[in-house]
Amino acid sequence: MGKVLPLGGNYAVAYAVKACDVDVITAYPISPQTTIVERLSEFVANGELNAEFLHVESEHTALSVAIGAAAVGARTYSATCSQGLALMNELLYIMSYIRLPMVLTIVNRALSAPINIWNDHSDFMSVNDSGWIMMMSASNQEAYDEILLGYRIAEDPRVLLPVITSMDGYIQSHVVEPVEIVSDEEAISFAPKRRSWVTLDPDKPVTMGPVGDPSYYFEFRRQLWEAMKESRKVFDEATEEFAKRFGRKYSAIETYMLEDAEVAIVGMGSFMGTIKAFVDRARRDGVKVGALRVKLYRPFPSEDIARALSNVKLVGVMDRALMPGSAAGGHLHHEVAFALRQAGLETKTIGFIAGLGGRLLTMDNVKQMVNVLINYKDKTVKELPKEPIFIGVRE
Amino acid sequence: MSKPLTVWDLPREEYLAPGHRMCQGCGAAIAFRHILKATGKDVIITMPTSCGEITSTVYPHTAWRVPWIHVAFENAAAVASGIAAGIEALKRKGFIPKDKDIKVVAIGGDGGTFDIGFQALSGTLERGDNVLYICYDNEAYMNTGIQRSGATPLGAWTTTTPVGKVWRGEWRPKKRKDLIAVAIAHNVPYAATANPAFPVDLYMKVKKALSIKGPKVIHVLSPCVPGWRIEPEKSVEVGKLAVLTGMWINYEYENGTYRVTTPVPKRKPVREYLRLQGRFRHLTDEEIKKIQELVDAEVARINKLVGKEVIGPVEG
Repeated sequence: MGKVLPLGGNYAVAYAVKACDVDVITAYPISPQTTIVERLSEFVANGELNAEFLHVESEHTALSVAIGAAAVGARTYSATCSQGLALMNELLYIMSYIRLPMVLTIVNRALSAPINIWNDHSDFMSVNDSGWIMMMSASNQEAYDEILLGYRIAEDPRVLLPVITSMDGYIQSHVVEPVEIVSDEEAISFAPKRRSWVTLDPDKPVTMGPVGDPSYYFEFRRQLWEAMKESRKVFDEATEEFAKRFGRKYSAIETYMLEDAEVAIVGMGSFMGTIKAFVDRARRDGVKVGALRVKLYRPFPSEDIARALSNVKLVGVMDRALMPGSAAGGHLHHEVAFALRQAGLETKTIGFIAGLGGRLLTMDNVKQMVNVLINYKDKTVKELPKEPIFIGVRE
Repeated sequence: MSKPLTVWDLPREEYLAPGHRMCQGCGAAIAFRHILKATGKDVIITMPTSCGEITSTVYPHTAWRVPWIHVAFENAAAVASGIAAGIEALKRKGFIPKDKDIKVVAIGGDGGTFDIGFQALSGTLERGDNVLYICYDNEAYMNTGIQRSGATPLGAWTTTTPVGKVWRGEWRPKKRKDLIAVAIAHNVPYAATANPAFPVDLYMKVKKALSIKGPKVIHVLSPCVPGWRIEPEKSVEVGKLAVLTGMWINYEYENGTYRVTTPVPKRKPVREYLRLQGRFRHLTDEEIKKIQELVDAEVARINKLVGKEVIGPVEG
């Protein structure tokens, strides 16, 4: 058992980054991410972490610096959210396709406009095609652990892709929970600094980021596809090894009371805790409801999800981000519905859009969603709502 | 004082391989070649999107015999900062030998420097990162087809400042943005201008810049055959005339002191520089007079900074 500290999610992440002995930290302040880099600055200022800390003038530069540092073989870290992540967007794609590893934490927050600093998953979902491995935690301990998993997976020579770890803004970032921290030695032993990728080295000169014309570009894309697929194996190995060493077992998905469930709610992030609590309550009243939390979003665990939901009649997928103009309503619903369809399952789905821009989510909202599911569970596909249902919005 | 260097004294090693796709007579190609002679092998180059970038690294080919990276258009300075920071951290932690001196050089075009890359450059300079930033300035977006940039001079035709019944090429009535003054305003230890028509001067400035710790800026004029509408064999001549007319002044700034490295006791009229280039062919005597006035003012400013008349009057 390691030392247990009372930590907000942001501080928890900072402790994990320090334990991983990162070489270069570069970030730009943005709420609610800011205290991660504040804490990291303190670590560097006190000599507890031996790293270069670059105070950059934008998130665009933050990720540009990270790419440069990773290109010479440094273990690199940054954190951002919302508009900052949007400003990084161009470089997210470039970093993954140059195949440079790093860990970037997103402290989930709404996107403008109107400007809103509160929690939803709009920022996270906006980068889901960027070629990064993406995880979302549901507790501060998990946010801490994702950093260790992140470096181990990103720097695995079978992967060499950057990793996004995430947590819900304020709900996790600024709420204190007990977090068990590991020693620096244990962290490095779990996520060793392998410098396993090709670097810019005057003794072995390479050209990175060349022009890829139509006769080569497609193959670069294809190679990333393969690496992303491969990363799932590495994720499973890493979580297995993590459980052995530290006693906490993570999986691509977390299931709750699904064995005999007729209806289930699928979602991501910290609110899944409230949903599980509601499931407990509903079960006492004899309602056969279960829950499924998606932790690993890229690569998307389609098969795991289909397997877990194979006996459920109707699934409500709760998105905390909006895909305007899409029949699915949200990104997660889109993915889950496709996973079920590909598995040849009859399981039906309804999309819920909830908690945008930090709109408070409560037990009553969960009850509302579960009631919808119970009402529709024995209806045919044709009788289901054709649009997502907005939970907690003033119409 | 030691004998001045000539081109025969420059290192014979070539780190820019032949076979790249830069134009015949390209000023930037000459500049890159001499910059690399000055950096030697222990360097990492970062380039933003630019004509020099796309013509030198078409996969699976590369003209760069030194490590080189392109990331995006607006961030060459930032990537260079990251490389320098990575090297620093890895040296401290023993992953890179402490005595290994690896230079970090960003080479961007005028679009990538004056315009879209300006913010990142400012960040690198104000933080004091140990990076040499070189702008090769062909005075427009040549890569995308000769569009006007923040470095396009008064009167120049470009595809977005065309000459028509209303427009007469670029109309900004003042001297363009002064990159060296911008760099100096960030309190850099060294800043200089250079020109591939004076390769020894360019070589020595890169050498000197690399001997100084901290952020350095070199602004290099880069005659462009298709963009300036000149003959390929004229690019060096045009580069020379830029200096001989005072359109371009080769100078350097080091810790508060300015020095003109190519003195011009008697200037030629700017008309001689302009007339070789198709991009200026529409200019009237009146318009040329206006450009001459801008040049006269800049010459006076530089002479004042240096403290004596190193660039003389226009010869009668």
